[in-house]
Amino acid sequence: MQLTLKIWRQENADSKGKIVSYEISDVSPDMSFLEMMDVLNEELMIKGIDPVAFDHDCREGICGSCSMFINGEAHGPDRYVTTCQLHMRKFKDGDTIYVEPFRAKTFPVIKDLVVDRTAFDRIQHAGGFISVNTSGNTQDANSIPIEKANADKAFDAATCIGCGACVATCKNSSAMLFVSAKVSQFALLPQGEVEATDRVINMVKQMDEEGFGNCTNTGACQVECPKGISLDNIARMNRELVKAQFKK
Amino acid sequence: MNRITYSLNYRKPKDEYNPSDELVVCLRYFHKNSSNEKGKIIKKSTGIKCKLSDWDIDWHKNSDRFPIKDTDKLFLKKNRLLKVKAKEFKLFISNIDSSPNKDSIKLCSKVPLGPIADQWTNHKNNIRLVSPANKRLIDVIVVGTGLAGGSASATLAELGYNVKSFCFQDSPRRAHSIAAQGGINAAKNYQGDGDSTYRLFYDTVKGGDYRSRESNVYRLAEVSTNIIDQCVAQGVPFAREYGGLLDNRSFGGVLVSRTFYAKGQTGQQLLLGAYSAMNRQIARGKIKMYNRHEMLDIVKIDGKARGIITRNLINGNIESHSAHAVVIASGGYGNLFFLSTNAMGSNVSATWKIHKKGAFFANPCFTQIHPTCIPVSGDHQSKLTLMSESLRNDGRIWVPKTLEDAKSIRDGKIKPTDLSENQRDYYLERRYPAFGNLVPRDVASRAAKERCDSGYGVNKTGEAVYLDFEAAIIRYGTEKAHLKGLNENDKELVKKLGREVIKSKYGNLFQMYEKIVDENPYYTPMMIYPAVHYTMGGIWVDYNLMTTIPGCFAIGEANFSDHGANRLGASALMQGLADGYFVLPYTIGDYLADDIRTGPISTDLPEFKEAEELVMKKIKNLLGNQGSKTVDHYHKILGKIIWNKCGMSRNEKELKEAIVEIQELRDDFYKNVFVPGKNESFNEPLAKALRVADFLELGELFAKDALERTESCGGHFREESQTQEGEAMRDDKNFTFVSAWEYKGIPSDAKLHKEQLFYNNIELKTRSYK
Repeated sequence: MQLTLKIWRQENADSKGKIVSYEISDVSPDMSFLEMMDVLNEELMIKGIDPVAFDHDCREGICGSCSMFINGEAHGPDRYVTTCQLHMRKFKDGDTIYVEPFRAKTFPVIKDLVVDRTAFDRIQHAGGFISVNTSGNTQDANSIPIEKANADKAFDAATCIGCGACVATCKNSSAMLFVSAKVSQFALLPQGEVEATDRVINMVKQMDEEGFGNCTNTGACQVECPKGISLDNIARMNRELVKAQFKK
Repeated sequence: MNRITYSLNYRKPKDEYNPSDELVVCLRYFHKNSSNEKGKIIKKSTGIKCKLSDWDIDWHKNSDRFPIKDTDKLFLKKNRLLKVKAKEFKLFISNIDSSPNKDSIKLCSKVPLGPIADQWTNHKNNIRLVSPANKRLIDVIVVGTGLAGGSASATLAELGYNVKSFCFQDSPRRAHSIAAQGGINAAKNYQGDGDSTYRLFYDTVKGGDYRSRESNVYRLAEVSTNIIDQCVAQGVPFAREYGGLLDNRSFGGVLVSRTFYAKGQTGQQLLLGAYSAMNRQIARGKIKMYNRHEMLDIVKIDGKARGIITRNLINGNIESHSAHAVVIASGGYGNLFFLSTNAMGSNVSATWKIHKKGAFFANPCFTQIHPTCIPVSGDHQSKLTLMSESLRNDGRIWVPKTLEDAKSIRDGKIKPTDLSENQRDYYLERRYPAFGNLVPRDVASRAAKERCDSGYGVNKTGEAVYLDFEAAIIRYGTEKAHLKGLNENDKELVKKLGREVIKSKYGNLFQMYEKIVDENPYYTPMMIYPAVHYTMGGIWVDYNLMTTIPGCFAIGEANFSDHGANRLGASALMQGLADGYFVLPYTIGDYLADDIRTGPISTDLPEFKEAEELVMKKIKNLLGNQGSKTVDHYHKILGKIIWNKCGMSRNEKELKEAIVEIQELRDDFYKNVFVPGKNESFNEPLAKALRVADFLELGELFAKDALERTESCGGHFREESQTQEGEAMRDDKNFTFVSAWEYKGIPSDAKLHKEQLFYNNIELKTRSYK
């Protein structure tokens, strides 16, 4: 396949970026999108051009590093996949593909397609944990039976990979899906109940301080989420928040 | 044994005793220090008492070598007990003085004395502690935030130490432990199927082909149950049964169900658990987190590990960080092969740097090649994807029986489904009727390679075999039809029902396969081929997980201790968390107890400045090189050399060739590599060049280790050491030891030290899966 790539190039956080066009040929449909980018970078380096910087690591859809906005969609046109799992067979010979970083005020660009998502970490620091010591002096695991339905829902929420596709997709740059996934996971488990009030209040507060927008229920995040995290989690977080505010 | 003698512990002149007095029997050993030729006697009391009149002074002359005469009623029992004690004592002194290699005095494994089941408890009771007030005065650096590093950081911080954690990813949550699929073992015996600490210990040692250290493995099995309790308390959503209790599944190489899991994402859930524990400590200010930092050297002061040099991957700053101890949890080195199931960024740099500064590297050639990965599709491929081992429960592995059929399939003239049962060769079932498709990973991988090398491979490159679910689909479908009272002879209906059952068991894996290969495995067999997955070798550590550099520790996949020559499924997660949550936080105190008065360590010391300058010089040399070839060019060639000549089967000729080729490649790398850009920016090719430079050195040691070990064991198969049927042949007489390599300038000049392995609780046996 032969493709035209229009890629966002930006030297660093302070400089101004722009779209630059590159031609690439001999793309195999069996390549993943990132492998195609590898080939492009090898070619650029041989020509003496600075290669395109992008985040990537596990390349099997679980670490959440890769963060490309492809043809106006987070992680590209396929559903339930991250960029690293997107294969070139989803494109046609002669296509023009636009590649941009995940854009949000809260995700400043570091270079080209690499963005700074440490705001997500800071939200987790505010309450994304259960305060038990890791010394091993806990009760036997089976002394806390958990209803299977709740355990399954908690698991589904916990599969969030923290990639930020939800924020990049949302017209308000809201992080509600990300935050609610963690709040839901713990709200659904008896272990998390003890600190539920403080957790939801602190995490939402940090989310607001970071500058993420509000949720207007467009549901775009759910569609673009590579792990299929459900909008139900946002509803659950809102309930938890209201409950917590009454308690406080 | 002949240098160990029995004697009585006289506490006053001999003639002051009566014949009826009871004395304690003790063991003696004369230890000669090789460096100064001076000797000393090491004594150990046995606690067994004997009357003077029952003592046989000439015990060494009688045939049984029993020192207590039959005039003592309990003489048999006591004598046998003495033999056991002598055996334990032998193990203890072997660590001080590995008899075949007198220079190995440094390799003291510090395994505690006593019965194996009590060792860890006794050790914890006897090692030194640091008081809470003093912990506040001590800094610890942890490199890596996977299961081992993340859990260690969290626990150390919770205990009160000041922790500095480093990862090269943009968040600690992205460490590659996250990609582990199958599950985590623990000897909980929730299923009541006869599991126990001993069984888990036994399975792990046997699975490791008897090349791991007994005491460490036993401790691992012992703390495994705590891990599950801990993780559940943290809110890790393990799979549950309808009664609300935890569910288990079974994995390869064992006869019980002891694997806890969270669908196919167990690693992710456990890592996020450790990450949440870290977050709690980061919020308290007890962990200082450094994301996007790569460790480029370790700094030693007066022989002790006192800090590291890092490069900030965003702006290129070279920074010094000091601490009273350094913990390396940077994972394995599978990316040496270029193509592996490791993450793109996984590297050997941290472990290789400490090796160059004095940490011994143990068993580098012990690599696990996982049998069920998606085959390579072309030269553009950057990494390989694993298909969980659990698929072998229901899949049957085969290739065509004739070379003509294999060729027709490769050429696309016929489809696999066109071949009838008797045109297929289910080679694992044929060769290993007892275990069939469920033989351990190393055996399954070699068998696939053997078929493909003989020309029976089934994809374009001839490097793939089929994993077929047809039989399972029909079996499950028939069952389901019977259950529902439907027509069992309606083939289409049966298959439809069967596919539903398979989907409920392996749905996410089938979907992943379809996304990558673009074929539907419900209708046509999967193609699989072995790929590098895990490295059992790593930095040599003692029972306290300390390397041969005082104050430098290695945990998780980065160390060598628990998996021997082959790792069992679902044991890597167990080891990472055991080391991080439950072992290191205790054992590190024994070392740090000496540091409570040291005070903060300044990074202005000349040792730090020198190390910074050396790192900077190396970076400048790479950037200033006027070469023409990219870093990946060299990494790919290195990977091919290692895969072809030091891969699934190895022989003397090719290993020798590999050593020379790697040396040549390394010289060429420094002459002709081209690294673009500058240091002071986000520069991935530069980061990669620094990593590949280390792989180019490790590769040589890897081949050297494989060359020295002329036996076949676990994942290491030497063609010279096989039975007539082509099965691996271990050589326990000459190779029951850990190869620990000391760096001496050029990797293949490394000096071999041997830690003898002793099996007192498990009998050394040949593994057979026939």
